[in-house]
Amino acid sequence: MSVNYFPAEFEVLRNTDKCIKCRACERQCANEVHFYDADFDKMLTHDDQCVDCQRCVTICPTGALKIHKNPNEFRQNYNYTQQIMTENYRQAGTGAVLLSSMGNPLPYPVYWDKILINASQVTNPSIDPLREPMETKVFLGKKPNKMSFNEDGSVNTKLDPHLELSVPIMFSAMSYGSISKNAHESLARAATELGTYYNTGEGGLHKDFYQYGPNTIVQVASGRFGVFKDYLETGAAIEIKMGQGAKPGIGGHLPGAKIREDVSKTRMIPMGTDAISPAPHHDIYSIEDLRQLIYSLKEATEYKKPIIVKIAAVHNVAAIASGIARSGADIIAIDGFRGGTGAAPTRIRDNVGIPIELALASVDQRLRDEGIRNNVSVVVAGSIRSASDAVKAIALGADAIYIATPALLAMGCHLCRSCHGGKCNWGIATQRPDLVKRLNPDVAYKRLVNLVHAWDHEIKEMMGGMGINSIEALRGNRLMLRGIGLTDRELKILGIAHAGE
Amino acid sequence: MKINADGLHFQVLNEKVRSCPDEEIVLDNVLGQRYIGAGLCDKKVTINGVPGNALGAYLNNSRLEVFANAQDATGDTMNAGEIIIHGNCGDALGYGMRNGKIFVEGYAGYRAGIHMKQYQELKPVLVIGGVVGDFLGEYQAGGQIIVLGIGAEDKIPVGSFCGTGMHGGAIYLRTEHCPTDLPAQVCAADATPEDIEEIRADVTEFAKEFGYNAEELLSSHFYKLTPNTANPYRQLYVNN
Repeated sequence: MSVNYFPAEFEVLRNTDKCIKCRACERQCANEVHFYDADFDKMLTHDDQCVDCQRCVTICPTGALKIHKNPNEFRQNYNYTQQIMTENYRQAGTGAVLLSSMGNPLPYPVYWDKILINASQVTNPSIDPLREPMETKVFLGKKPNKMSFNEDGSVNTKLDPHLELSVPIMFSAMSYGSISKNAHESLARAATELGTYYNTGEGGLHKDFYQYGPNTIVQVASGRFGVFKDYLETGAAIEIKMGQGAKPGIGGHLPGAKIREDVSKTRMIPMGTDAISPAPHHDIYSIEDLRQLIYSLKEATEYKKPIIVKIAAVHNVAAIASGIARSGADIIAIDGFRGGTGAAPTRIRDNVGIPIELALASVDQRLRDEGIRNNVSVVVAGSIRSASDAVKAIALGADAIYIATPALLAMGCHLCRSCHGGKCNWGIATQRPDLVKRLNPDVAYKRLVNLVHAWDHEIKEMMGGMGINSIEALRGNRLMLRGIGLTDRELKILGIAHAGE
Repeated sequence: MKINADGLHFQVLNEKVRSCPDEEIVLDNVLGQRYIGAGLCDKKVTINGVPGNALGAYLNNSRLEVFANAQDATGDTMNAGEIIIHGNCGDALGYGMRNGKIFVEGYAGYRAGIHMKQYQELKPVLVIGGVVGDFLGEYQAGGQIIVLGIGAEDKIPVGSFCGTGMHGGAIYLRTEHCPTDLPAQVCAADATPEDIEEIRADVTEFAKEFGYNAEELLSSHFYKLTPNTANPYRQLYVNN
């Protein structure tokens, strides 16, 4: 065996007093970390194959297992960290691009954690959501700027198509292929029960899930996988994917190994060939071209469905959003640089794009300044981790939020960031039938419903604390926010005052 | 049914086409109206005049016949049916098309047949009578692109970057002059008699539509371009 120059990242610790050699860990680990040695009558491990997904730890009936970071350290260096050194060894050994999954894990500033929420005291009393009605229903789509009248003098009540959300939370795009069928089913059923929407991603829609169409957003991306008339007509809205927060400016490659029979049918491509989404839509080089795709979709669906345009948060996001708001789109979705992914080149994921907090604040302000904020609804994604992040996002100007990582957590994901390997021990980011069946949609969908209900309740609590009883009154209400430990420049971009002001 | 498209906005015209109960529709005086036939099922539309961009996008088993030139994004994500153009065609022809046939009598612009794909019995066909611009068949994942180069027999009938990122399907070029700048993942070979059989039906149909002699066209020399792997990115990444 050739030397690979770096040690295992994790070390499996087994308490031999507790271990009963039941070999459950061995059966559960798709990475084949655990094995039984009959000669020594001992469970042993291949630590180098461990991704720290915590499956074995969770499943071990006697609690005998722990996984920790390998305490072995290269000589300390704040510049060339062990991570950077290891990555260079990997590349020197293979000549390949580093591939990672899930959101950017680096210690960039998280602005949500530097924003505080207001509450009422004495004047403008707070509201108890358990006693008083609180409105968290949201409509997404174009809003008319003024009343108009028909020829007979009656009020024109014809509105552009809208999405109606019982909670301001949707599940963001994850394709069938990147996640399993059971994961998709869980999302679809949860969205239906919650009165919100889940998103097919760019992998098409499995025939079994057409029944959830009224709660489905169907995506059209540069690869156009599975896009045809029935698909477009089934969804409640159509999302054009221009970019993704985890990998702005590049496309996607679902490796041929993941294109098994069912994924092949859904994407409408042959088994075993790579599914390549080119970096740009090769028919879109301008806002005018984007308008053309938007209207071709509207024409194909007879103007019955709102069209969402999803972009990654990049440096000039405000100007881009301004163009999109004039392009005929009904909803803009903006995905921040900490957003998750089933696979992205490490260097792109960790270095390209900007935080969603800053992108959202500048987009909302730009659209208001230009008097076109009502042309579109704004949905934000890219690491909304909790109900308080959601409240802050709405107060910064979002109409609704997209969540994906919290939804995966609800289904059991432990953020081992190995989705691209296709061996997800939790049955989420895999197409291996023996692994997929570990995720029970009956349980997972309920956990998703629980999560969103809990968030919704927390959102209502925080709104009530501010003396606000409708999400409409919170949207763009930046007076409810204060910064903590932020520079003047950051406060200016966020459009909020500092705590104490 | 005949519809006079003169001065009609595309929304009005397309609504008339959609709501028309007749299977056969003739559009007269078309001038730049976009999205004609978007997602249209089971109709036969004759278009007299120049249609606008995105003609027949998501087309679902209809026949669109244009007696003029067509513009950009014709047949975008087409799923079934036929588009016949008695003239030339603009850029981004047949983007992401999955099935059906497009016949262009004259030349086509840049970025034709990008990301064409195929699946089981669905196999798209793009036949271009004249020459075609740069980026033909980029990212092609399936289907058949045939460039006949009629009237341009003395030169390469395609522009630069033909077949970049190609990982499925085939491109047939009727020429003695093979493109000189093909990317590494594309193999060019002289078409064999079996290959010619593969395209015989489509070339014959093209010849019938536009009044050419199919046998004469098929007896010329063809190059066949194919990808050398279905997994062009397999060696590109390492787990991190």
